[in-house]
Amino acid sequence: MDMRTPPSLLPLELDQVVFAVGGRRIIDGISLRLDAGPRTVIVGPNGAGKSVLLRLCHGLLQPTLGTISWTSPEPAGGPRRQAMVFQRPVLLRRTAVANIAHALAIGGVSRAQRRPRALEALRRVGLERLAKHPARVLSGGEQQRLALARAWALSPEVLFLDEPTASLDPGATHEIENAIGAMHASGTKIVMVTHNLGQARRLGDEILFMHQGRLAERAPADRFFRQPESREAAQFLEGELPW
Amino acid sequence: MVVTRRTFAISLVALIALGTISAQAQERFITLASTTSTEQSGLFGHLLPRFEQKTGIKVHVVAVGTGQALDLARRGDADVVFVHARAAEEKFLAEGHGVKRFPVMYNDFVLLGPKTDPAKIAGSKDILEALKKVEAAKAPFVSRGDKSGTHLAELDLWKAAGIDIDKTKGPWYRDTGQGMGPALNTAASMNAYILTDRGTWLSFKNRGDLTILVEGDKRLFNQYGVMLVNPDKHPTVKKELGQMFVDWVISPEGQKAIADYKINGEQLFYPNAGQPGA
Amino acid sequence: MNSLSEATVQAAQLVASGDPKLVQIVLLSLRVSLTAVVIACLIGLPFGAAIAVSRFAGRRSVIVVLNAMMGLPPVVVGLVVYLLLSRAGPLGSFGLLFTPTAMVIAQTILIVPIIAALSRQVVEDAWQEYREQLKSLGESRLGAVATLLWDLRFSLVTIVLAGFGRAAAEVGAVIIVGGNIDGVTRVMTTAIALETSKGDLPLALGLGMILLTIVLALNAAAYIVKETAQQRYG
Repeated sequence: MDMRTPPSLLPLELDQVVFAVGGRRIIDGISLRLDAGPRTVIVGPNGAGKSVLLRLCHGLLQPTLGTISWTSPEPAGGPRRQAMVFQRPVLLRRTAVANIAHALAIGGVSRAQRRPRALEALRRVGLERLAKHPARVLSGGEQQRLALARAWALSPEVLFLDEPTASLDPGATHEIENAIGAMHASGTKIVMVTHNLGQARRLGDEILFMHQGRLAERAPADRFFRQPESREAAQFLEGELPW
Repeated sequence: MVVTRRTFAISLVALIALGTISAQAQERFITLASTTSTEQSGLFGHLLPRFEQKTGIKVHVVAVGTGQALDLARRGDADVVFVHARAAEEKFLAEGHGVKRFPVMYNDFVLLGPKTDPAKIAGSKDILEALKKVEAAKAPFVSRGDKSGTHLAELDLWKAAGIDIDKTKGPWYRDTGQGMGPALNTAASMNAYILTDRGTWLSFKNRGDLTILVEGDKRLFNQYGVMLVNPDKHPTVKKELGQMFVDWVISPEGQKAIADYKINGEQLFYPNAGQPGA
Repeated sequence: MNSLSEATVQAAQLVASGDPKLVQIVLLSLRVSLTAVVIACLIGLPFGAAIAVSRFAGRRSVIVVLNAMMGLPPVVVGLVVYLLLSRAGPLGSFGLLFTPTAMVIAQTILIVPIIAALSRQVVEDAWQEYREQLKSLGESRLGAVATLLWDLRFSLVTIVLAGFGRAAAEVGAVIIVGGNIDGVTRVMTTAIALETSKGDLPLALGLGMILLTIVLALNAAAYIVKETAQQRYG
């Protein structure tokens, strides 16, 4: 798979970012830097602002205060070098392969290239025999794998995932986690929100723990789970903070 | 059945092409402005095929009220005018919109009424006396009220009978503002008296209890005139083709065709192109 | 209800006779209204969808006006188009008055607001679902309009049928700009108006029944296509 030709998007720099709606601060002053390399998993109780943070980084939301800067940002209107997978996959009323081809078309891929690359992406997640199936009649797990394949086909530098397996059974979850691992292995930076601590343990290299709109703790995964430094993190891991 | 986007796009283009191609772009035709009562008498269905056979020219008839027909021509939207309201036609000529007026034919009006005939006018040969009786009896009377040739003729008759209809009209006088057919419908449902041209009546199917009560009075005759719209004022007028129609309809051949038109064996229109002062 | 039974018999006789005049009137009606619907969709669908996915000053006023224009009276549209296309009017040199093209123009104007207003509603409702994903993929607004219109095609079929129904049913616009010329611009609705004013009510009712049957058949066909395709595509 192609490696990104420089210049790279990463690192991503957040500086005193605030996101407020109707006077309420959902993100209350976060500064952090995301580097290429480690798989970053964001955890925290409900309402901590995890999904909002993800959307701010991906550009779906604009910060109320503060700045979010990529090292060399994508040109406006150009093909995206980052992608996102949502909790519920949004697929078009077309075949599986056509869904990926649509994304590739937006990415500026030539017509001749789209189908072969789409089929290749399907192969990578094990969906090639469902290529001609209408996407919306696939099972939940298959749809999410398709969404991932679509993101993968774009060869993104960064992949944001917002609770990608929250609606899936363990078998489908396992398949998704494998695919995420494979994408990471081929060079994509993973930034994932999950409420499944087991998943965080399996997939995370570093953990960002969020609490009430702030970054309460940041640590390598094994240290975070063994010995959290902050009181809120400890309480969270003990299950005393609400999921 | 799979409709791909490509088949969809192609069928779309085909549909539009089909819809906008107009076969008539090729044919020779003129636009004739005439009245609803003339068209509904069926005369054109009989007359125009003969003209087309002779000259290859199709005649597109736009049938509206007399006022609207002349108005249409004033805007240059018609090539020939064929109506039956002499005063209005003369005015049209005086304004410079027409070339020359030729009398063509006449038909007659009849006064219809319910069989019960509350005003007791059945069989009368004097239209003015009959109208006076209707007004005196305040019997229900339906008027077209639309400034059509028929309406104007009706107003002239009231005036000739010495009745100022605007003053004396009461609830018995219904000013409907409708064409001949709808007005007849109204009269039939109300059992009212109504003035109509014979042609419309002969083809009218929804008669109810109405029947002809007064006819034959010379004052009930309705003269038709034909005019070519002035090409000097309206350059888009098809003057050669239009002139051919005018020439034909006053020619012996055209006049005979008019006389030949019958409904139930009855002649409707009496050609009088040669008649001076008509 | 004597007229109705007379009408049914007369209608059946008409259809059975395959009367060429009747066939011509029906075909012309279909040609005019279908063409108008197609053109109205080409204009109205993208327009409605574009409004749905955009934010701009005065957007709410545009939506209100668009919704109000669904109720444009056909006679008013007919009158305005007549004045425009008349030889004495600004577009007179095209010589379009009293032609089927003029009728198509008038009906297109009538149904564009319907198509646009209803598609705006449908697309806007769906936009909530698609917005983040399409933005994430980097799709432009123009691209999003096209993507949504195709993805919502089943819901839009109903809107197209509504537009066609309005066009096929109206008489006020086509009678003014077409002139109800026998053999040239006479369609089902104007023929019904003519026969009614001639007092030939059974014939008028018969024509009316034929018109209803055609519209019903078209709706049924579209519904079946839509249902089977929808099942397949989800």
